[in-house]
Amino acid sequence: MSGNWIEVCAADEIDEEDVIRFDHDGRTFAVYRSPDDEYFATDGLCTHEHIHLADGLVMDDIIECPKHNGRFNYKTGQAKGAPVCVNLKTYPVKVEAGSVFIAVA
Amino acid sequence: MNRPMNRIIIVGAGECGARAAFGLREKGYEAEITLIGAEPHLPYERPPLSKDGLADPQDPKFVADAERYQAAGIKVLTDSSVEAIDRAAKTVRTADGRELTYDRLLLATGSRPRLLPGQPQATPLIRVLRTHADAAAIRLHLAPGKVIAIIGGGFIGLELAATARKRGADVVLLEGLPRVLSRGVPEEIATVVAERHRLEGVDIRCNVRILGIEAGEERAKIDLGDGGLLEADLVVVGIGAVPNTALAEAAGLFVDNGIAVDETLCTSDPNIFAAGDCCSFPLGHYGGRRIRLEAWRNAQDQGTLAAANLLGAAEPIASVPWFWSDQYDLTLQIAGLAEGAATTVRRDLGDGAFILFHLDASGRLISASGIGKGNAIARDIRLAEMLIAAGKRPSPQALRSTETKLKALLAA
Repeated sequence: MSGNWIEVCAADEIDEEDVIRFDHDGRTFAVYRSPDDEYFATDGLCTHEHIHLADGLVMDDIIECPKHNGRFNYKTGQAKGAPVCVNLKTYPVKVEAGSVFIAVA
Repeated sequence: MNRPMNRIIIVGAGECGARAAFGLREKGYEAEITLIGAEPHLPYERPPLSKDGLADPQDPKFVADAERYQAAGIKVLTDSSVEAIDRAAKTVRTADGRELTYDRLLLATGSRPRLLPGQPQATPLIRVLRTHADAAAIRLHLAPGKVIAIIGGGFIGLELAATARKRGADVVLLEGLPRVLSRGVPEEIATVVAERHRLEGVDIRCNVRILGIEAGEERAKIDLGDGGLLEADLVVVGIGAVPNTALAEAAGLFVDNGIAVDETLCTSDPNIFAAGDCCSFPLGHYGGRRIRLEAWRNAQDQGTLAAANLLGAAEPIASVPWFWSDQYDLTLQIAGLAEGAATTVRRDLGDGAFILFHLDASGRLISASGIGKGNAIARDIRLAEMLIAAGKRPSPQALRSTETKLKALLAA
């Protein structure tokens, strides 16, 4: 795993309780900063209709899809009810020297 | 609950009925659920039918696959319409003669397309768009060299126009009023939509009077009086919807522009609830005004609420009306109801995207409508919806300036 850490951005480029889109090697991810200042990462597209989740709204530990309001817990990837029923894949995240890294194995 | 409740029947297997069925399980109800629908399919999503789904010959996009109903122990009767409710015996009778007993009943019977006076339900050349079957039939005509005449400049008509253009058909859109989207969409936004359609080659004609439609062997002719005779390979009528209330009415339930329910979705019979397109309900955020909504999100929200209330929760309707439409790469979203607005404030988000906020005379935010490419407006509209629900009175300056984050206004 340690060999696969990819730098996303500076830690302060993501606001608290917010999300950014991160594209890498033909894949798209969503990287989150929680209200209590922890960082998380999931697949970037909603499992319902493949919409970019980074355009959605972060509320506590929930990301809500901008299109049809499908909700996931971005810390665990768990789908939180209609219209989404397939969980999101999550990825390990670390912050080092002021930068955010994700492991995209 | 006073008595054991073992049998819940849901009439209407659309988004709302399906949502209610799964919602009952999520609330811990373990006994019988029977979901009865007239269409041959399991419940599917209708919004794609006028959008990309129309261009897709595959199965409809199901709300859930058969395994999920099975796993949840939800019995689904497709191809089966309910003909009568016997409220004294607490039974429903299906068209094929089955009699089923309920302890609680949910009516999620939806709505059906409004027809022009004298229009038959479906002919090969004059159609409506509501079901997967309708979309499949319309799809056959969406090809280069074909002329599609769409009657009605609402969401369905305009989305269909965009899909038809994508597939290369010529489109003439006929609207009786002075502009498209006159119901519920501000003129500033409707103008953006109409301009885009014209740019894409749609012939939009407003203030049109239709004197008659004649379906020939291969083409239909629309008599526009002074506007001449319009020939088309297919006519699609999209002039709104009417609630399916006949079953409720025959059973003696109170009907008022839809099956009338209270703020908990309960009808005039305490054992029967109604939800979704088919019901009219009092909307607390807007002074208890009785409205009816034909919207996907409303079907979901009310289906979920009905599940809780069928089990005795007695929770009131708390959602803010929310609609969306996709045309070309534009998305339009509306939260709340703008009627009665005293002030309108515009927030520009760049790349042509903007949101109009509507405030009432007391400064309370009552509605927000926006348009932009992709998901440009989605996050702010969602936050506006939450501001509306919270009864906030944000300052017009704060709403206008993108320097102010709407999330901050919510906390204020």
